[in-house]
Amino acid sequence: MNKPGYFGQWGGAFIPEVLYETFRELREVYARAKADPAFWQEYVALMGSYSCRPTPLTHAENLSRHFGGAQIFIKREDLNHTGAHKANNVMGQGLLVKRMGKTRVIAETGAGQHGVACATMAAKFGFACTIYMGEEDVHRQRPNVFWMEKLGATVVPVTTGSRTLKDAINEAFRDWVSNMDTTHYVMGTVCGPHPFPEMVAWFQSIIGLEARKQILAVHGSLPARVYACVGGGSNAMGIFQGFLADPEVELIGVEAGGKGIETGQHAARLASRDASPGVAQGYKTMFLQDADGQMRDTHSVAAGLDYIGVSPLLTDLWEKGRVRFAAATDQEVMAALDLTIKKEGIIPALESSHAFVQAFKEAGELSGDQAVIINQSGRGDKDIFTIAHAFDDPSWKEFIRKKGEEYAAR
Amino acid sequence: MQLAEQLREARTKKDILLMTHLVLGYPSFAVNREVIRQMVENGVDVIELQIPFSEPMADGPMIIKANQEAIATGTKVADCLAFAAEMTAQYDIPFLFMTYYNILFKYGLKDFLTKAKDIGIRGFIIPDLPPEEGEEYLRLTRELELAAIQIFAPTSTEERMRNLAGHGAGFIYCVARRGVTGNKTEFDASFDAYLSRCRRATELPLAVGFGISSREDVQILTGKADLAVIGTATIRLVEEKGPEAVGSFIAGLRG
Repeated sequence: MNKPGYFGQWGGAFIPEVLYETFRELREVYARAKADPAFWQEYVALMGSYSCRPTPLTHAENLSRHFGGAQIFIKREDLNHTGAHKANNVMGQGLLVKRMGKTRVIAETGAGQHGVACATMAAKFGFACTIYMGEEDVHRQRPNVFWMEKLGATVVPVTTGSRTLKDAINEAFRDWVSNMDTTHYVMGTVCGPHPFPEMVAWFQSIIGLEARKQILAVHGSLPARVYACVGGGSNAMGIFQGFLADPEVELIGVEAGGKGIETGQHAARLASRDASPGVAQGYKTMFLQDADGQMRDTHSVAAGLDYIGVSPLLTDLWEKGRVRFAAATDQEVMAALDLTIKKEGIIPALESSHAFVQAFKEAGELSGDQAVIINQSGRGDKDIFTIAHAFDDPSWKEFIRKKGEEYAAR
Repeated sequence: MQLAEQLREARTKKDILLMTHLVLGYPSFAVNREVIRQMVENGVDVIELQIPFSEPMADGPMIIKANQEAIATGTKVADCLAFAAEMTAQYDIPFLFMTYYNILFKYGLKDFLTKAKDIGIRGFIIPDLPPEEGEEYLRLTRELELAAIQIFAPTSTEERMRNLAGHGAGFIYCVARRGVTGNKTEFDASFDAYLSRCRRATELPLAVGFGISSREDVQILTGKADLAVIGTATIRLVEEKGPEAVGSFIAGLRG
């Protein structure tokens, strides 16, 4: 039997002693919630009344016809409140915070989706909230910063390290080691020390539970393949859990290929040969690091995938051959996004568009009576600044220039 | 002689021992060399050499910056090992490595510990390696007679402290307060109660660190702890006044 918190040889809880008791309490509260059917019912009811669950499974008929292969279905996590699957995790952890009697939440955020989701949860439940966000991401994702602040959260730009997601995680831990009595750290993904990977995966499993039922209802059989983008891996673990017990369903995780694997400017941990086993940020997984164990800079057009590590659950499933990994380049992502908007009137987030890339590459290999599911983890329309910039859209640039002049003249 | 025994013996001659800390390669090995010379000449009893890591989770702003800049200027683990070998050959006091677990893990745990033993390092402080995750590390350090220094925190229960002490060797590093390195510590009644709990939990010497920066701080610890740990304060001093200021600062901490 595995040590608790381990998935194969991956995971664990590499935490400083000062947090030992805090983690013991968290493990207990989580275990009690998991054993209590009323907790899950409360969670599902909350997600139904506050976040549009169950989210639909949309048959993308035009895209299916376009590729002339499998029937493409899209799981619409973008229709969650706040626009991404992140809502599932934060509301679940919010219910745990209430049970623990804590009054303040902190979180890291990369793209800002988790930060906005967490600030939303804090507003609803009446918690104080501080969000740590790499300075570079604060600049890239200004609209999300605006909403976090409007929701009452304090956004702290992180100026250490590479000023991105991993540095925001370090800062959140530094806050937590001072304030653990009042504060819960709402980790945004299926990474970090035990019990976070397992606990966040549990909350996100709602995606897979719904998707399995939905595909059986509309298609009459299981999908041949399920695609999900992988940053930390929470949306992927969410949907994959619905099909892990079905060996005939192939599961594909799509990482950020950035400017191309060969350029070294990417965030592909499992789809490239650039990562190696390591221990950082409280857990053991495959990290993009140098020969000394120093973490490397990563690159992706999608801030939410721009991360050095990957869920220990996914690394285990990768090692066991249960999940296949691929990478999508920034360029491929923009093309897939454009096509999806034009063909279906659906705007996936840049992160989610990575999953679309791989599904589009493979749809033609399958026959028309087979189905694939793409997990659309988030919506892109609210990231208009980022996406318009990535499209290098001339009229948008003109609009921003004019707006700038207007503000400057005041 | 094992580290704990050596420290106990040193304590018979001094009311309190001083352990100092520096980040290897920051601002340079040349400055590290000068700082260590002044530390040793002014009576420092133990020196903690921090091998820089890109994700120093338990450290505060000053030491984070030192880690980052050491790496940015090209400090490699191999350089740190070579420098440490030079120091242990030159000076008689015990030297320890402080770093995060990934540095050992990536080097190869057994290779790293064996190498450290070969170059005369006496023990390790690894803040992100609790005993639950460090079975192999604890076994190997015992075999090699190296001190796997365990950490107590104000949040540790007495039961937890006894458990940690059972795995510990050399001394126990008592983190003076919550939070990260470098901030001020209040030495109040709850601090005294904490140190009494630490004392009851182990026979090993007690070192107290986090926020110790002045003669007053060291005086407060005298009689309560065996070692006072000066970390961020000397890094800040070197930053502000240069390495030549270290000697008189250290000399003034006790006396």
